[in-house]
Amino acid sequence: MNELTLASFAAAADLHLVGEPRGSRFAAFKARFDPRAELARLAALDIRFLARSDPSFPELLRAIHDPPPGLFLRGDADAELLARPAVAVVGARACSAYGRQIARSLGRDLAGAGLVVVSGLARGIDAESHRGALEAAGSTVAVLGCGIDRDYPAAHRELARQVAATGLVVSEYAPGVEPAPWRFPARNRIVAGLCAATVVVEARERSGALITADFALEEGREVLAVPGEITSALSAGSNALLRLGATPLTCAQDVLESYGFAAVAITPAELGEPAAAVLERIRAGPAGADELCRASGLAAGALAVVLTELELAGTVSVEDGVYRAAS
Amino acid sequence: MLARSVTHALVGLEPRRVEVEAHIEGGVPGFAIVGLADRACAEAKHRVRSGIGSAQLEWPLKRITVNLAPAGLRKEGSGFDLSIALAVLAASRQIPADRLAEHAAVGELALDGRVRPVRGAFAVAEGARRAGLARILCAPESACEAELGGVEAIPVRHLAEAVAYLRGELRPPPAEPPAEAVEPDLPDLADVRGQERARRALELAAAGGHNLLLAGPPGTGKTMLGRRLVSILPPLEPREALEVMRIHSVAGVLPSERPLITRRPFRAPHHSASTAAIVGGGAGPRPGEASLAHRGVLLLDELPEFQRPALEALRQPLEDGVVSVARVQGQALFPARFQLIATMNLCPCAGRGDPAAECSCSTQRLAAFRDKLSRALLDRFDLVVTVPRPRAEELAAEPSESSAPVRDRVAAGRAQLEATRLRRTAEADELLNRAVERLPLSGRGRSRVARVARTAAALAGADGVLPEHVAEALAYRSPKELAA
Repeated sequence: MNELTLASFAAAADLHLVGEPRGSRFAAFKARFDPRAELARLAALDIRFLARSDPSFPELLRAIHDPPPGLFLRGDADAELLARPAVAVVGARACSAYGRQIARSLGRDLAGAGLVVVSGLARGIDAESHRGALEAAGSTVAVLGCGIDRDYPAAHRELARQVAATGLVVSEYAPGVEPAPWRFPARNRIVAGLCAATVVVEARERSGALITADFALEEGREVLAVPGEITSALSAGSNALLRLGATPLTCAQDVLESYGFAAVAITPAELGEPAAAVLERIRAGPAGADELCRASGLAAGALAVVLTELELAGTVSVEDGVYRAAS
Repeated sequence: MLARSVTHALVGLEPRRVEVEAHIEGGVPGFAIVGLADRACAEAKHRVRSGIGSAQLEWPLKRITVNLAPAGLRKEGSGFDLSIALAVLAASRQIPADRLAEHAAVGELALDGRVRPVRGAFAVAEGARRAGLARILCAPESACEAELGGVEAIPVRHLAEAVAYLRGELRPPPAEPPAEAVEPDLPDLADVRGQERARRALELAAAGGHNLLLAGPPGTGKTMLGRRLVSILPPLEPREALEVMRIHSVAGVLPSERPLITRRPFRAPHHSASTAAIVGGGAGPRPGEASLAHRGVLLLDELPEFQRPALEALRQPLEDGVVSVARVQGQALFPARFQLIATMNLCPCAGRGDPAAECSCSTQRLAAFRDKLSRALLDRFDLVVTVPRPRAEELAAEPSESSAPVRDRVAAGRAQLEATRLRRTAEADELLNRAVERLPLSGRGRSRVARVARTAAALAGADGVLPEHVAEALAYRSPKELAA
C-alpha cells in the first residue's frame, strides 16, 4: 500500500505529489505510517482507496503523464464504474441560462445512452451536467479538488450526496485536505484523464475548463466544444477552442457516435393542439410568457397551464422568466 | 377647590381614560403638572396659561396643581391642553364643573387660545364612548373624525368658545357630516401595456389575498403593476374601515376633511425605511407602514434594497396579521393584515433577464444579493412572477383591459372562495405530486401552489380544483434562481 502512504503524506505535508519524494521527511513518515490503521480510519468514514497499482484502477487515467498515486472513492457504485466509457462535461461556473440548459440536456442524453458523465461538482456547468445525468438515472462521477470528505462548494452538499448515491465522488486528496486554488487544475487532469472525450460547454477566455481541455489534448483525447454566441464573453473560450480545431458539438449524438453508442430515442409525449403550437414557437427562439401569449392567442391563465405541462414533460425549461426548448 | 375633566391617552391603539384633576388652594402662586407627563405634555403649563389669558378669562393667582391620573401611565403629546385648561377654569368656578364632567375633551391650545387638532382624535372619541360620555370637545378639524368614533363632537375653534358652550351661552354649529368621499382616481390597469402574465398574477393575488413578488429587469413595469392592485380590490367593509381609521388616526395621517375611509389603503415605503418605520415602534409606540397598510396593500419596491432586519421583522405580521411592539411599560399590538407586493431586479447589475444587456455580476455578488432575501421571507410569497424585458412591439400593443371588469371578477372569485370549500380532484392531486417530484418544489412550496390553485378555480367559477388550476398555479411558483 505504498500509494496510500504517498497520498497520506501528501495530505499531511500539504504537497501535491504523484511520485515518491526522496527527502528524509518522507522516509520518516513512511517508517511511522501504518497503512492498515489508515485503511480502517477510511473505512470508518465510508471511504475506499483505489491504488494506482490496483488492477481495477482505470486504464485511461493510468496512461496520463502524471497519474495520481491513487484515488479516494466515496459512493455506492463499484470502482469498475471508473473504467466504463466516460465523457467529461465541463464549463464555466458563471454561465448563461443557455449554457446551463445545454449542460443539463447533454448530461441527460449522454448518461441516458449509457456513458458515464464526469465533471467537477463546481457551480454552473459542472453541477448541471451532474444533475442532467441524475435525471436520466445514469451514472455520474464527480472529481473533487479537495479532500474526499469535503463537499466543496458547500452549496452542493445535497448534489454530492445524490451523485454518491448512484455514482462516485472521487479525489486524489486524502480526507482533511482543504480546497486550494492550485488543486483545481490538478483535479482537471483527472477529469480529462478518466475520459476518452471532453466536452467544453461554455467557457470564458481564461476559464478553468480550458485547462481541462488542454490536458485532454496533451493526452491525445478527443475535445469537443459547444458553439456559443460570437458576441458573448461567456463563450469566448469555447469558441476559441473551435477555432483551434476542436470538434463542434451540436447534439449529444456527436459524442455518442465517436463512442459507438446509439442515442436513446425519446418518444415525444402526445401534445394537445395549443401545446404543440406553443412548443413550436419556443423552438423558434427563447421567449417570455407575454410574448408567447401574443403568439399563441391564449389567455395568460391558459398559457400558464400549457407551459407547466411542457415543463413537466421536460421539453421546455424556464429561467429568469424566459422559456427555452430542451434540445 | 377641586374640579375634574376627562380625556384619553393612547397606548398603542388603545385609548386609556385619564382624569385631569385641578386643585386650587391659597399660597404662593404657582402652577405644577404632575402625573408622568412627557415634555410636550409638561409644556402645556405655558400654553394653558397664555390660552386662558387670551380668552379674556381669569388666571387664578393661587397655587394650582394639576394631576393626570392614573399617575403611573405615561402621558404624551399636547392633546391634554384643552382638558387641563377646562379643569383649571372649573376649579376656579369660571365654568360649571358638573357640566364639564359630562364631556370629554381633546385638543392642543395655541398661545392665543385657539384649539388645534391632534392625532388620535378618533381613538380618543372611541374611548369617550366606552367611558359612557356622549360628547367630546375638540378642534373643528377633528370633529368629523371624532363623530366617527361614535360620540357627538362639539367643534370649538377657541377656548373662549368652549367656555361659552359649557356656560350654556353658545351652541356651536354641529359638526358637518363627512363629505362624500370625492377621492382622486386610482391609477388604472388600462395604463399597463402587455404584461399578460403579471396582470393575471395580480388578479389571482387580488382574489385570493396572496402576496406577490414581481422580479425582472428595470423598466418592465413591475412597480406600475404593483401600484394598481388597489384598483382591483373590493372596497373596505364598514368594520374593516373602522380598524383602518383607528390606525390612521393614531398615526396622524387621517385627512381631516374626509376621514371616512372606504378605499383600501396603499403604502409604499422607501427602501431606506428603518425597521421601526416599517413595523412600528418608538418610545410611545406608533404604528408603522405595515399597520398603515392594514386591510390594504404594502408595496415594497426593490425588495433586496431594504435593510434585512426590516424585512425579517415583517415575517411576524405576514404570519399573524399583527405587530406586537414590546416596551418595558407593556406591549402595544398593532393590527397589520396587509397584502404584500414586492418588486426586485434579478441581479445587482440589473442585466439579468434583459436581452439587450449582459449581466456582469460575479458569482459572489449575485450570491450576496440573493442572500438578502431569506428563504423564510420568500416563502411568504404565494405568487412569484419573473417579467422579462418586453420587446418593442409588445409596448405598441393596444390598450389593455381596465380595472373595472377585473374588479368584478375578483369580487366574484372572493365570494366563491368564501362560499364554498374547493377541493382538489384526484387528477389534480396526482399532478401536484408529480410536480413535487419533477420540479424543485418544497413542502411549503407545495402548499402555496395548492392555495393559488384554489384561487384559480374560484376565479374560473369551478366547483373543485381541477388539474388545469394546479398547472397554472405551478407556473407562478418561486423559481430556484431567486434563492441563493
